[in-house]
Amino acid sequence: MRGPGVGPEGKEGRGSQRLGLRSGLAVRGVVAANRLVRATRFGQGTVLGGRVGLAIAPDLLRALSAGRRVALVSGTNGKTTTTRLLAAALGSPGTPGGPMSSVVPPVTNVTGANMPEGHVAALSERWSPTAALEVDESYLGQLVSATDPVIVVLLNLSRDQLDRIAEVRLVAERWRSALDAVRSRARNPGDAPVVEASNRVGGGAVVVANADDPLVVWAAEAAPVVVWVGAGQVWDEDSVGCPRCGGSLQRPVGEGWRCARCTFARPTPSVWTDGRDLVQDGEVRTPVELALPGGFNVANATMAAVAAAVFLEPRAVGDPGVMAVGCRTALAAMREVEEVGGRFGTVDWRGVAVRRLLAKNPAGWAAIFDLLDEVEDPPVPVVLAINARTADGLDTSWLWDVPFERLRGRWVVATGERARDLAVRLHYAGVDHVTAPDSGAALEHAAGRARGAGVPRVDFVGNYTAFARLPVAP
Amino acid sequence: MTARLRLTVVTVFPDLLGTYGDRGNGMVLARRAAWRGIDVSLVEAVSTDRLPAADIYCIGGGEDGPQVRAAELLGGDDTFAGAVRQGAAVLGVCAGYQLLGRSFPDAGGAPIRGLGLLDVETVKGAGSRAVGELLAEASPTAPMLPGGVRLPPLTGFENHAGTTMLGRGAAPLARVVRGRGNGGAGRSEGAWSGRVVGTYLHGPVLARNPHLADLLLGWALGSEEPLATVDDVEVEAWRAERLAASASRRPAWSSLVR
Repeated sequence: MRGPGVGPEGKEGRGSQRLGLRSGLAVRGVVAANRLVRATRFGQGTVLGGRVGLAIAPDLLRALSAGRRVALVSGTNGKTTTTRLLAAALGSPGTPGGPMSSVVPPVTNVTGANMPEGHVAALSERWSPTAALEVDESYLGQLVSATDPVIVVLLNLSRDQLDRIAEVRLVAERWRSALDAVRSRARNPGDAPVVEASNRVGGGAVVVANADDPLVVWAAEAAPVVVWVGAGQVWDEDSVGCPRCGGSLQRPVGEGWRCARCTFARPTPSVWTDGRDLVQDGEVRTPVELALPGGFNVANATMAAVAAAVFLEPRAVGDPGVMAVGCRTALAAMREVEEVGGRFGTVDWRGVAVRRLLAKNPAGWAAIFDLLDEVEDPPVPVVLAINARTADGLDTSWLWDVPFERLRGRWVVATGERARDLAVRLHYAGVDHVTAPDSGAALEHAAGRARGAGVPRVDFVGNYTAFARLPVAP
Repeated sequence: MTARLRLTVVTVFPDLLGTYGDRGNGMVLARRAAWRGIDVSLVEAVSTDRLPAADIYCIGGGEDGPQVRAAELLGGDDTFAGAVRQGAAVLGVCAGYQLLGRSFPDAGGAPIRGLGLLDVETVKGAGSRAVGELLAEASPTAPMLPGGVRLPPLTGFENHAGTTMLGRGAAPLARVVRGRGNGGAGRSEGAWSGRVVGTYLHGPVLARNPHLADLLLGWALGSEEPLATVDDVEVEAWRAERLAASASRRPAWSSLVR
């Protein structure tokens, strides 16, 4: 049997990619189990196989990462999209300056299976010398340790699914420890970046971090080499206190943020977003033209572009010219991305276009409201679908942290398994709404309303499992 | 007729104790007051601002470190102490409930001095964290609604690791039907005395339990009469759904599969 994930032409081993007997067996287990899951249509086939593989070979992630150049992307929001955009940039055959890695598209966990089972599954499916992996915030330390990444992209941190994941400041502390470990592994800690033959900078990962998120900065500053990107912050309510001293963080308009008590402050970014442009030192502007909508995707694309530029040409860290070319090339490759796991894409519901949007936590909702506000009058009818399964978080209290008041003046249909929780929230927010028992009925309502108002579209926003269960028109 | 027509509701330190949507309690109080024609102002007072004088203070849940910090700040706040002395109502939820008591544990389990507004003491619970839907029936000792009406069942979501023991000076708010509540042998949930109420219920608790919201409003307004009814059709439908979900013994299958 040709071993998937074990080198081209079925040859086991490609330098350090040689897998041991146990890992080789584990990889076969991963692939077989996931094929079975897909064949029986029980699921997407990205988790069970990974569990099987990790049970056979607990060190499988390390074994599969050896000899590959890995980029990791983590954060509360935007990680799936950013990973997708990064993979597009790394996989583009036209990437100049890219080593042979640009010939084979990177492996990536596209379905959003962002815990180790999913990573093992992605790395087992096919061979590629590169990987772009989305990582659940809680697993970043484990992944950094196991995959020895070239790049770690840190987007943002805010509250999410509180009955399942440790509170957000704790996550930032764990990130910081994980990146501090990178520093202690680096051969030239504190020195200027040294580009090595392996394309590693300073012997460790280059961290591409959002300078506008204080919790991200707190974590990232522990790393030996950081490229700061001004990617904005949609939600600042989880970073009111200084993570260093507990003082209060101030945000003077137009000046970034800084602690009122200590010296902790926004680092000066070398790349940032301004409207729909990516801007560099020296005011080099590149328009970010994407098929994906929304200001937050301009930010995601900027993070991904910087990561791709450094991944493909480490000199970009210290050379603005190289960075500019790298970012431009990467952004061009990202235009092909029209949807990400169904989100941002449009489906037809009896002649009305339904745009599918996913929001999982208060910051994600705030970003979606920004997106809805980008459209002029007349307002598009909105369907909101809320579930509270394990993957969503069982506690719906977070609905009260979401500024639903921003939907006043729109026409809203509340649906999902927890439509009643949402309906009460909308009632108190003063938002006109009706409640529908399921997404099909909700879309029927909204599509009718859209046709009546002469609006060509409906926006559907769901949280995790509600989004996944959007029905197709009968 | 209500005795007062102006109210100030303060959400205490949402930057420290605002992790579980508990700011909704202040929002619910303010809306329910406004719907009744009361001139109400809602202030979300972050920990770096001065805490304003208020008729109702809402304190939410949060992490261990911020909980200790909030207790320090509140303990040294003369405005807060003065308002409570003059009869301001206080609602504490989860970490906010614990810090109203005589002592509560810090992250390492060491006892931290609380505000002493409720005669309760919280220690780290022995078992696993209590996470899930909580259903409780109002105790015979629970505060009565105007007109001698008993509080309907309380519903919410608990997420805590504490065990809270009540002293003689505090009465339980409710008896646990499903969930853990205060923990320990008594199967009690929450505590109250005077105009101070503590509970482990998130949801937020006043959104899920509008009668409790109206109880606090009644106290603050000095009203002996039941408050005017407001449109609770959707709230009652939600309550019915949640009560039924809690009453069914088996966990909802839908909550287990992804």
